[in-house]
Amino acid sequence: MPELKTKPHSKRNHEPPKHDGSKKPAWVKPALELPPQETPRTAPEASQTAYKVVGTSAERIDGWEKVTGAAKFTDDIEFGPGLLYACVVESPHAHAKIKRIDTRAAEKVPGVVKVATGKDFPFKFGLYMKDRYVFAQDRVRFVGEQVAAVIACDPKTAKRAAALVKADYEVLPPVLDPVKALEKDSALIHPDLGKYAHVPWFFPKAKTNIAHWRKIRKGDVEKGFREADFILEDTYTVPRYAHCAIEPHSAIGLFDASGRLSMWTASQSPFTQRHGFAEALSGLGLSHKDVRVITPYVGGGFGGKAGISMEILGAALATAVKGQPVKVMWSRAQEFYNTYQRQGVVAKVKLGVKKNGLITALEHTLYWDAGAYVEYGANVVNAVGLSATGPYKIDNVKIDSLCVYTNLPPGGPYRGFGYSEFFFGLESHITRAARQLKMDPVAFRRKNAIREGDILTYGAPMNPNGLLEAIDKTAAAIEWGKPQKPSGPDKAVGKSLVLFWKAPAMPPNASSCAFLKFNEDASLNILVSGMEIGQGLLTVMAQIASEILTVPVSKIRVETPDTDRNPYEWQTVASHVTWGCGNAVKRAALDAREQIFDVVQRTLHLSKDSLYLEDAKVKCRTKPGWELPFESFIIAGIEAEDHTFKGGPVMGRGMFMPEFSSAISDPETGQGGHPNVHYTTGAGGVVLEIDKRTGKAKVLKAALAVDVGKALNPDLIRGQVTGGMLQGLATVLYEDMRFDEKGRLLNPSFSDYKIPTALDIPEVVIPIIVESAQPDGPFGARGMGEHTMIPAAAMVANAVEDAVGARIKSMPLTAEKIALELNKK
Amino acid sequence: MKKVSIQFKLNGVLRQLKAAPNDTLLELLRDKLGVKSPKTGCDRGDCGTCTVFMDGRTVRACLVLAPEADGREITTLEAISKNPSPLQKEFAKRNSFQCGFCAPGIVLSATELLKKNKRPTREEIQEAIAGNLCRCTGYTPIIEAIEAVAGKRGA
Ligand code: FES
Ligand code: FES
Repeated sequence: MPELKTKPHSKRNHEPPKHDGSKKPAWVKPALELPPQETPRTAPEASQTAYKVVGTSAERIDGWEKVTGAAKFTDDIEFGPGLLYACVVESPHAHAKIKRIDTRAAEKVPGVVKVATGKDFPFKFGLYMKDRYVFAQDRVRFVGEQVAAVIACDPKTAKRAAALVKADYEVLPPVLDPVKALEKDSALIHPDLGKYAHVPWFFPKAKTNIAHWRKIRKGDVEKGFREADFILEDTYTVPRYAHCAIEPHSAIGLFDASGRLSMWTASQSPFTQRHGFAEALSGLGLSHKDVRVITPYVGGGFGGKAGISMEILGAALATAVKGQPVKVMWSRAQEFYNTYQRQGVVAKVKLGVKKNGLITALEHTLYWDAGAYVEYGANVVNAVGLSATGPYKIDNVKIDSLCVYTNLPPGGPYRGFGYSEFFFGLESHITRAARQLKMDPVAFRRKNAIREGDILTYGAPMNPNGLLEAIDKTAAAIEWGKPQKPSGPDKAVGKSLVLFWKAPAMPPNASSCAFLKFNEDASLNILVSGMEIGQGLLTVMAQIASEILTVPVSKIRVETPDTDRNPYEWQTVASHVTWGCGNAVKRAALDAREQIFDVVQRTLHLSKDSLYLEDAKVKCRTKPGWELPFESFIIAGIEAEDHTFKGGPVMGRGMFMPEFSSAISDPETGQGGHPNVHYTTGAGGVVLEIDKRTGKAKVLKAALAVDVGKALNPDLIRGQVTGGMLQGLATVLYEDMRFDEKGRLLNPSFSDYKIPTALDIPEVVIPIIVESAQPDGPFGARGMGEHTMIPAAAMVANAVEDAVGARIKSMPLTAEKIALELNKK
Repeated sequence: MKKVSIQFKLNGVLRQLKAAPNDTLLELLRDKLGVKSPKTGCDRGDCGTCTVFMDGRTVRACLVLAPEADGREITTLEAISKNPSPLQKEFAKRNSFQCGFCAPGIVLSATELLKKNKRPTREEIQEAIAGNLCRCTGYTPIIEAIEAVAGKRGA
């Protein structure tokens, strides 16, 4: 992790690179140094593309555990009768000063072990900016924020006692709107913002509610607008959303008598949590080696279980009841109001276009409702600031992405990391511009689509991509241009096609590691700290190792993380683990293969260059018929002529860090640096039928083409598309979080925040795989998990307009809203 | 609250225990009896992750109070998995689940459907699992597996 620095990064004086668009630099190949044995050494006839395992739809290695109920999630682990339970006391106010907290009555309840408040833990924490506290200190900043906790012998006692904790507040005016939060007389949510430690690529403005302001200035935007034949300007709004993983957050902490802290958490980020816990609690004398985080299967993450949210409570409270494990378990309601939420945004888009359909300039200003604490959410804002052009070649760009504190629950990562939000406005706008030009919206997109080597907003060149192929295949899948008959007289059918892209948002030095251990029977255990959150990571890692070592996937186990035993991984977020962790596993497998070749050469005097692996045996090109099964030597070694043994247990080690990435750029222009390792691109299309009487939309067909570089497991990719597509459609057709004027969430349950059921799915979903290799990806692969959700909102908005002529500029597009629009006419 | 004594058959074995009248069957199963396949997704009847069989019909264990389970027969996925069904095999083969948190509930709801209705239509399948929320899969791979098994059984 990068060091957090209190001092904002000093302004740099580099010249922004020139972007005349005439020169297309070749995609700069990142320095990916692989050992010389990288050339394929499987069967002699195998070419680089003729893979045996990657590219096949291997059955999930965790599938059987899951369908039999054997799979263990965090809350399923037993801790015995000594387990204590914590219940949190929450703020009823969105913004208030804490005057006093009286815990006496609660302490007297039989079975209560300890009542803790902010005074016990005056510690700050945060991933990219340290603006959060274990418990609120002198001030609460959102409804539901933890101000105290009761630890008791059983959950019901803890709950009863928590209700007896009395907190007095001096209520302050809540700031609930990100645009109003910028007004001069707005209350300040973090008066000490100027003193907070943060990563060097954040630019908070002290004495305001602006926690970070990402600016991009590329080319000359004024000139771009002067060159335009017309300019289209409008504002789009997106509300907050909830992840709704079906497994709630939970954390169990044990601070034992020897001073070691063990944590079991439902988390996407075991190592980031270990680092965060160790840092936050360093005042108690903890060092990283004393902190152990164990993360079993995760019942859905979607970003909501990234970083550290409620888990800090488990860690802190464990230290208050030394020697006994303590569990903090979020209820479904807390799941809604006290975990990360997807941030809302107000986005102003101004687009300049020439008559011939070329985009000349884009000005994109985004005001993010980032919530009470932005330690993670500010990086969502940052990521969007870098990428809010979408996958278009635009020479003149001005982007302002502002992270604004509000008195609503903390914003944070949610599948798509801000891209779903800005694409709603941008892709609505692109279709409107095309229509104004009387140009086909797909042709317009094709014309402006970014290509390999085009210059990105921050000055680096675009990576190879199959965007055009994705556009064409999606258009074909929804029969673009061919009108479709509605199913009745009160129905109307609309179609649309939109583009998307997304880069992993990571610190430049985010890394992944893998250990690979052979067993006596040539089966393998792989240790990584990438998380299985449903995406199929374990299976794909097994496939990668299998491809290189020729051990079948069925003989490979990939272990879920325990930070004591598994090697480092930054986090399972950003759709980066197939790429990052996959590279680490591939290197570990190559390392193991090298050890195998080495011992065979030393003992049997066969040249390494002539050796290859097949069916878990070593074979030799110059000695047909000779073979050495792994079982015969993989643990025991090979017996030499003198009856000594050489070699020994084969253990591979692999690490990957994108050494070409850097986050430092000019704060005023965003030029310089290479903050994004690459973009995954694609297109989504929909055929939608609207009932004109009720406004109800039915998705007849949804297609999504994504350039995955190389599909390591096509079935799992199709699974991501089907699931992500529905999650995206839900944000536009069904869901949104509603708050009252006091900042209270009105719908914190599945009865009031309706996520789709099996009855609410599109009639047909068509996943389309495009493969334009990522040069530094394992076998050419890049990530695609989040991307499947990104285009949905704009797809629907454009199809609604196509069907009934109504342009809706605020999400969601519920039946009610569509019906109201139709009645206006 | 005064504890009451209850007994029920759990996966074929008669169990006796003391419980508070406001304890739920889900709490008994998970916290007192160590049966972990029913999950706590919402604890208010909305999500279906706590689904178990009670006297042969699916119920939401978070909505069943301990005294209501008295004298009943409770079957969880643990019992069914001792002798895995073609449905479970089909789900695994097709990679129907992702995180798998919803899987125990969905396996039981689908098992009940196929017991009652040998050849359900797609709509009937969708209806049958509509009380089980899944945030990962988009449901299609789950529905397709159930369809495939139903087809085979009828053949
Ligand atoms: S936990 Fe019982 S329905 Fe959700
Ligand atoms: S597979 Fe994750 S909730 Fe269904």
